[in-house]
Amino acid sequence: MLRAGDDAEEEIKRYREMIDDPMANPAYLNVDRGESLWVLARGQKNASLETCDLGKGPGVLEGAYAELPRYFSDADQVMDLEQRLLWCMDRIQGLDTKEILSRKFGIPGTTSDLEDLVAYIANKSSGMTFHIPLDHPREREAYAIGEALFYRRGSLLDFSCATCHGADGARIRTTQLPNLTKPGPDARETMGSWPTYRVSQSQTRTMQNRLWDCYRQMRMPPPEFGSAGLTALMIYLAKQADGGTLNVPSIKR
Amino acid sequence: MFLRSSANSRYCASAWLIVATLCVATLAVADDTDAFRPDAPTVERYVRDMWSGADDEWKKRLQQDETQAVCSKFRNAPPEDIADALRAREASTVVYPADGNLLGNWREGEKIAQNGRGGQFSDAPDATRGGNCYACHQMAKTEVSYGTLGPSLSEYGKLRGFSSEAAKEAYAKVYNSQASLPCSMMPRFGVHGFLSEQQIKDVIAYLFDAESPVNK
Repeated sequence: MLRAGDDAEEEIKRYREMIDDPMANPAYLNVDRGESLWVLARGQKNASLETCDLGKGPGVLEGAYAELPRYFSDADQVMDLEQRLLWCMDRIQGLDTKEILSRKFGIPGTTSDLEDLVAYIANKSSGMTFHIPLDHPREREAYAIGEALFYRRGSLLDFSCATCHGADGARIRTTQLPNLTKPGPDARETMGSWPTYRVSQSQTRTMQNRLWDCYRQMRMPPPEFGSAGLTALMIYLAKQADGGTLNVPSIKR
Repeated sequence: MFLRSSANSRYCASAWLIVATLCVATLAVADDTDAFRPDAPTVERYVRDMWSGADDEWKKRLQQDETQAVCSKFRNAPPEDIADALRAREASTVVYPADGNLLGNWREGEKIAQNGRGGQFSDAPDATRGGNCYACHQMAKTEVSYGTLGPSLSEYGKLRGFSSEAAKEAYAKVYNSQASLPCSMMPRFGVHGFLSEQQIKDVIAYLFDAESPVNK
């Protein structure tokens, strides 16, 4: 009996360790670009993002990503980082967010300001732990919506998120699937490693992209970037990762 | 009622009239992060918003059928009476080939088992749809890249003596997995028309043809 599944796992683990080198991780180019974009004055108001409040006070970046998504009283909304950045671009900079969203995911030759900014800001939480207390009722509501969406089956193949991410130690082909239905090491490792440089796509990707890609595989239409439902899923997933350490941007297959 | 797990829901529903306050208190202590569950119409409002930009043809996929809604609500563990009704409803959908011949071409079946494309927004609308069986099942032992979400199907036909009865059951399983197992994780390939009758026959041949590598 071949035990290639196990061998392949070992091999994938070895490959992951091999590519996990911050000095050689192209995502740090995004981090650098994100830093420039954060201080760049632009938009109708010719302002930078430096007064944007990501939850820990205007301009405070350290640890902000580890506590997102969260409720923002000025917007009266639970927001993840991308949503919050779009909000700040609109309110503080008077920037055309349609143009920003036309580059929501980078492609060869076209960078994404959102991916760059997320890489930069998430990196400011690297080494810190997820802290998602769900103190605000709206955060608890978003969590519950996210959980319901996680288990919602639909489309042509009857899939939900839980179809692939509801069991311990399962694989699709040779790919290990994290069980994201409960707090623990799977969720911590998964959420603690986004944003990430995807070697297979030659791009740095954020969780918005990962969820978009999951829905593609689930045969759903492309979900709206920064929609409340995606943020609800994000807070559900981040809560499962509570206490887990961020190591970002990481690098993955 | 905004209670989290179905076990809690059942317990609390039955105990509600008697010890309602105790029940709430227990839940609040045990599980205060997600002590309520949104009802289906609320979730569906979020769904419509998440896909507000999709065109009308794609929006059809947002509409759950009754089985999807039930399996979502009960997280694939519906109560027995609901499970029985679901199974009966799904069993009535299975359409067998008119000529009674269930076995197609195993070589074509192998391609379907390997193919994970079709029906995604990244695929051409006319892209050949695959069953992607290997994503979840072991089949031919020579294919080492297989998933483990479903049981191994190695030597599937051989282990069943290549019986026509077993082939008929397998056809029904691929056509509609929930006709036998309510809220099975496996797609209902025939119900959704995701695979054609010929494709399902080819997959059954891959499982039941003595020459198929599945049975080697």
